[in-house]
Amino acid sequence: MSRLLVLFAAAAVLALLILPAAMPSSQFIMTIAIAKGFAALGVALLLRGGLISIGHAMYFAIGAYATAFMMKFGVLADLALLLIGSTLVTAVCGLVFGTFLVRFRAIFFAMLNLAVSMVLFALLSKLYGLTGGTDGMRVATPAVFGLELDKAAFDDILYYVCVGLLVAIGLLIRAYLKSPLGYALMSIHTNEIRLEYLGVSAWSVTLIAYTISAALAGLGGAMAALTIGHVLPEYAYWTESGHLVLTAVLGGIGGVAGPFIGSVFLEAVHVLAVDVAADAWNMILGAALLAVIFFLPHGLHGLLEKRAEPRKSQGVVE
Amino acid sequence: MLQSLLPLLIDGLANAALIFFVAVGLTLVFSVLRILNVAHGSFYSIGAYGAATLGLWLVSAGANPWLSYPALLLSAVFVAALFGPAIERTLIRWTYGKGEAVQILVTFGLFLILEDLQRMVFGVQSLYQDTPMTLLGITQIGNVVYLNYQILLIVLAVLVLVGLRLLIKHTRMGRLLAAVVADREVSEAMGIDTDRMYMIAFSIGVFLAALGGALATPTTGVAPGLGAETMVLAFAVAAIGGLGQIEGAAIASVIVATAKVLAVYFVPALDSVAPYLVMLLVLMVRPQGLFGVAETRRV
Amino acid sequence: MNKPVLRAEGLELSFSGVKAADNVNLEVREGEFLAIIGSNGSGKTTFLNMCTGYLRPESGKVYLGDAAITGMAPRRIARRGIARAFQIPQLFTDQTLLTNVMLAIASRRGIFQGLRRLDRTAYIDEAHELLALFSLEDHAETIAGTLPEGLRKLADITLALALNPRLLLLDEPTSGVSALERFTLMEKLMAALKARQMTALFVEHDMEIVTRYADRVVVWDAGRIIAEGDPKQVLRDPQVIERVVGAV
Repeated sequence: MSRLLVLFAAAAVLALLILPAAMPSSQFIMTIAIAKGFAALGVALLLRGGLISIGHAMYFAIGAYATAFMMKFGVLADLALLLIGSTLVTAVCGLVFGTFLVRFRAIFFAMLNLAVSMVLFALLSKLYGLTGGTDGMRVATPAVFGLELDKAAFDDILYYVCVGLLVAIGLLIRAYLKSPLGYALMSIHTNEIRLEYLGVSAWSVTLIAYTISAALAGLGGAMAALTIGHVLPEYAYWTESGHLVLTAVLGGIGGVAGPFIGSVFLEAVHVLAVDVAADAWNMILGAALLAVIFFLPHGLHGLLEKRAEPRKSQGVVE
Repeated sequence: MLQSLLPLLIDGLANAALIFFVAVGLTLVFSVLRILNVAHGSFYSIGAYGAATLGLWLVSAGANPWLSYPALLLSAVFVAALFGPAIERTLIRWTYGKGEAVQILVTFGLFLILEDLQRMVFGVQSLYQDTPMTLLGITQIGNVVYLNYQILLIVLAVLVLVGLRLLIKHTRMGRLLAAVVADREVSEAMGIDTDRMYMIAFSIGVFLAALGGALATPTTGVAPGLGAETMVLAFAVAAIGGLGQIEGAAIASVIVATAKVLAVYFVPALDSVAPYLVMLLVLMVRPQGLFGVAETRRV
Repeated sequence: MNKPVLRAEGLELSFSGVKAADNVNLEVREGEFLAIIGSNGSGKTTFLNMCTGYLRPESGKVYLGDAAITGMAPRRIARRGIARAFQIPQLFTDQTLLTNVMLAIASRRGIFQGLRRLDRTAYIDEAHELLALFSLEDHAETIAGTLPEGLRKLADITLALALNPRLLLLDEPTSGVSALERFTLMEKLMAALKARQMTALFVEHDMEIVTRYADRVVVWDAGRIIAEGDPKQVLRDPQVIERVVGAV
């Protein structure tokens, strides 16, 4: 990593840490942005392997509902346990669906993910007795290491936990991408045949990536459920998946920071544009997606990276 | 037994007909352009909204109710003329040779835009315009009752299937299309205007989707979110039949509709999931679909 | 006679009625450099595809040593010790050449290594050594997809060598390489094989190369083996001249 990028990253983390003090109103939005950033990171991970999931919001929803259920039944109802538990539940779902889905590539992969997400959306909306149907479920404020807190104090802690996880998991994912397995994932995109002829199972490589990406989205979903205090079937809706794909592409898939940059940027735009564009949000997303693909194939992160590490940046468009 | 099976059969085939229009458009566009248009379902719902709006306007204007049939067709033609060439010429054309990832993202972006566009133009309430269905009335044979409109749908679907086949086999344009499908590079070298073929095929695809939507309004109405559901359903059918296979799409429509009807009658909870289950089953056994040809890369 | 590394018994395969393999029986012996010649479409590449699991023969068996490997997935056959260089180079086109080779080394060692970096010193050093075999060191940092055809061919062979296989299959190693550089390439390849005591089989169109380097040659025609033996003798066989050599 070039010195410039380290500097950028350090400055960004510092800014995140002092932001709530400087601008208290931004804390909620930033928590959401980080939560969705995790999900978008999951999408970006798959994009590195050339795989587009337009159903990934389902894992965000699974993480969120897992948290809601654990709170409802009082199982593992403590912040750390909730985050870990929800992430694991989602990872298992990703592993199970993945065993089937990662056999497919390109449009089949995209559409089958969409299909599974639509089934999940239908189930969440219809199984009223279990999931509260379209009303969703309330998520109470959990304890933090046994400490009962009021919502405001809990949200403060949650925010810093999210920032901490962003740094820690960001570094882990970075290491994963630099490991042989991470490079093998990128090779799925360029030459699966060569990979198999090197004795590597493309199926295992993609399944691992898929499971990690589901877990990331699940963690994001759990964070969102805790800060919003409510979960809805809409979390799994395909427009949310579209949002995640745009976030990943907008931020750029070349680095771990990209999806988070994209997420913060989009949330900010959403807040600013909510008055003018409440009914046109999907249209804005779609137009932005086209604009990014046409004019900014390496995403916002690519702008930074291009100067720092010109040869290694990776875009969706070659 | 027969008496209880006949309505089931007609229900299933009418359902299959509606799915077939969209799925065959999707598969046709794929076979010529090698692009799976994720926004294909939007043309279905736009066609549906167009037909319902036009139909309701005709009713309120006190026009002859029989005019509601040409209104269905007019809506589809209008949608195809408005969107087909324009979108192919700009967005879709830009993605040729750019890799599937870009094609998925671009058509998905288009999909998002079209969804909101519909909300802006047609609002968020559902529209229902059943004149074409009620006008044809019902037929009763013994205890068996069915809608004549359902028969019309089935006939139209067969006509479209046969028409497409004849178009491809026996017209100059169809043969050119077939040549492009078989080998686009050779076709181009032979002087075939492939750009024009792409535009024509794409527009026919849009027309078929819009026609499906228009024909569906009298029976099911139209509501926001229809585009996405239709897209996934059409993909399921096209994938089961084998992407790019016209007859495959026809047979897959019947299979999916049968599964759906059986689910409605026997396991209502699985009603909306049934098509996907069939798709998952088929793709597990034959990833290229029932009638698809597996492509092996030469090494 | 040395014992066979690879043994094919009665392989049969046809594509829409055309026989691509018609009762193929073939042995590759330990330590030899075996050439396969034959006109285009005679089934040479199909044979490589069947040996490496890319295609499954309709009948017949393939043995690696004593183990039957018929119909195994390419990755399992690769792990058992057959590496392949392709007629059309198969590289990770958006990565540097160095990364390509390091990934091959990592694959040999087992790709599941937790979060350890791919570009660690041991791998970098070994990759440079491998690149040096075909004088590719200067291109280590070049994106593989941007290399000229001839160099991509060499890179492809390097990836196969990085697996340190028991048997190396080379599909037309000198095609796409300029006439001037062919012999240099072959000298380097032979040196690398000798140093590793590696058995190899190669498909070749250039008869001069076959005569000069192959220990033994097998002649292919319409999915069948029509002659095999010492290159100098086989290439004088009138039937071979008529069916294959003349046609090239």
